[in-house]
Amino acid sequence: MFEIGGKLLKSRLFVGTGKLPDYSLIEKMYYEAGVEVFAVAVRRIGPNTKHTRNVLEYIPNDAIIMVNTSGAQDHKEAVKIAMIGRELTNSNWVKVEIEKDTKYLFPDSIETLKACEILVKEGFKVFPYIYPDLNLAKELEQIGVEAVMPLGSPIGTNKGIGCEVLLKPIINEIKIPVIIDAGIGRPSHAAKAMEMGADAVLINTAIATSSDPLKMAVAFAKAVEAGRVAFEVGILKEYEYAQASSPLEDFISG
Amino acid sequence: MASFLEEAEELFKEYKEYIPTHKEVCDILDKEFLSKEDLIKLLNVSNKEDILLMVKKAQKLTRENFGKVILLYAPLYIANYCQNGCVYCGFSCKKEYRREKLSFEGIENELRKMKEEGIDSVIILTGEDRINSSVEYIEKACEIAVNIMSEVSIEVYPLYEEEYRRLSNVGVIGITLYQETYQKEDYEKLHPFGPKKDFEFRLNAPERALKSGFHEACIGPLLGLSHPKKDVLCAILHAEYLLEKFPKTEISISFPRFRSAGTDFMPLYTVSDKEFIKFLIIARLYLPRVGIVLSTRENSSLRDALIDVCVTKISAGSKTTVGGYAEEKDEDSEAQFEVEDRRSVSEVVDVIIKKGLRPEFTNWVKGVKNI
Repeated sequence: MFEIGGKLLKSRLFVGTGKLPDYSLIEKMYYEAGVEVFAVAVRRIGPNTKHTRNVLEYIPNDAIIMVNTSGAQDHKEAVKIAMIGRELTNSNWVKVEIEKDTKYLFPDSIETLKACEILVKEGFKVFPYIYPDLNLAKELEQIGVEAVMPLGSPIGTNKGIGCEVLLKPIINEIKIPVIIDAGIGRPSHAAKAMEMGADAVLINTAIATSSDPLKMAVAFAKAVEAGRVAFEVGILKEYEYAQASSPLEDFISG
Repeated sequence: MASFLEEAEELFKEYKEYIPTHKEVCDILDKEFLSKEDLIKLLNVSNKEDILLMVKKAQKLTRENFGKVILLYAPLYIANYCQNGCVYCGFSCKKEYRREKLSFEGIENELRKMKEEGIDSVIILTGEDRINSSVEYIEKACEIAVNIMSEVSIEVYPLYEEEYRRLSNVGVIGITLYQETYQKEDYEKLHPFGPKKDFEFRLNAPERALKSGFHEACIGPLLGLSHPKKDVLCAILHAEYLLEKFPKTEISISFPRFRSAGTDFMPLYTVSDKEFIKFLIIARLYLPRVGIVLSTRENSSLRDALIDVCVTKISAGSKTTVGGYAEEKDEDSEAQFEVEDRRSVSEVVDVIIKKGLRPEFTNWVKGVKNI
């Protein structure tokens, strides 16, 4: 169990729903992969239509909805989207995602900081998606966000923990949870994030676009659990030379 | 001339005869981002095996960047008055044709009918006539649409920046504007009179719209009016230019092919299915995050195949006559162009789901623009 945003959670695997082929997978992931937090883009919370049902109808009552401000171009839009999202979902968990560009989808740090300041004051549980930037993470911690969500690699790339050297200082220095978001493409990447000491990971593309999203979610859940256990036990140091005893050992010890 | 057009002209000249080897194609496909030289080289590929390799990579990039989602929209023609003499168009003012314009009540009826079919993203279209389809008229139509649909875009004649701002202020999200052809000389011949004759004013319109607060722009040529490969190259570089200048907006590209529209016009160029597919795929390879839009001008089997590979947004259940949703009209004689895929929204949705994809009906948060 771990505590985040005032809730006790069993699973450290958070899942994004934006790219899923079918929303009925959400409930299956909840029951079969134990996923408790689902990120939902407010731009995807459409009304029921003749052909589609509102995504919210697929999310089990006990699961947590993290509303996502994706599509926001600046802090004003992000705040408004968060407000709309809270109205629609009745959840005050908000992932602040404001992109600097639509080519790389890199987060806009300045606008993110401004949006977080407002949203914390408005009583939201705020989860900003950021660059792995320790200074920014510290400022956000001071403001009172619930966790920071630095990217492992650029969004949707499946490249894994490409920013390891920048993520480690954040994990070491920040007291609030660190959720690695974006770029994780394989269960082994997720395990690595957890071994590094991340508190949770958020996965979307790697699960949603796999040939069997449910099985892939189960694979990620197992990897996240394994990585976390290993971190808690303590990952052994890597040695440059083997630790085998030497025939000279007796002579050297005298 | 816009710098990207000059660049396209030079690239085209330099690589006109250049056919890349199979190894070269593979090397290009191994890259994360293609150079402009790679782009023009791929446009020259005609070998089936190489095109199939390109298809494979395009499909992978589409899924990584857009997931398993296909957006659906439909056009709403609110007026067909036009002052232009475009030699190829069904709405041309030279054509004997029943001109009409929907009343605001008529617009609302059409929108409600579309909504009943499940459409939630609409593009409002008019011909180019500042008197019969004034900006005020378009603005009021958009206001009605914003109250009914989650997402409203326009495909109307090019406007001035302050006019785009007025529409943006009522909640219009996007602009679709086809340049028809990027080859200025051909453009001027094809548009012999009328306000549309102004090549630059049209070319710079998407930029003016994005400057005034629109969130997205869809651009492209009408393939067949001029040299297709050149036009595709220009459109891709135009999209890249807009992306660089307005990095937070979403840019889409579309390559409608010329279809007969009840005029005598015979295009100098025809674009085969193979070339058409190649063009769309190359747009995806060069601009992995750019939306690719496919209209009902294309037939159903080609559309179904392309949504599996590179397309992100398609129209469905489209009527291209004024008032065609609420009442039955003769789509063959009154439309701006011939619709090839006449399936209903439900039928298109079924295909999308059968392909393991998810239909979506909107891409933006309603009301977020009015802050």
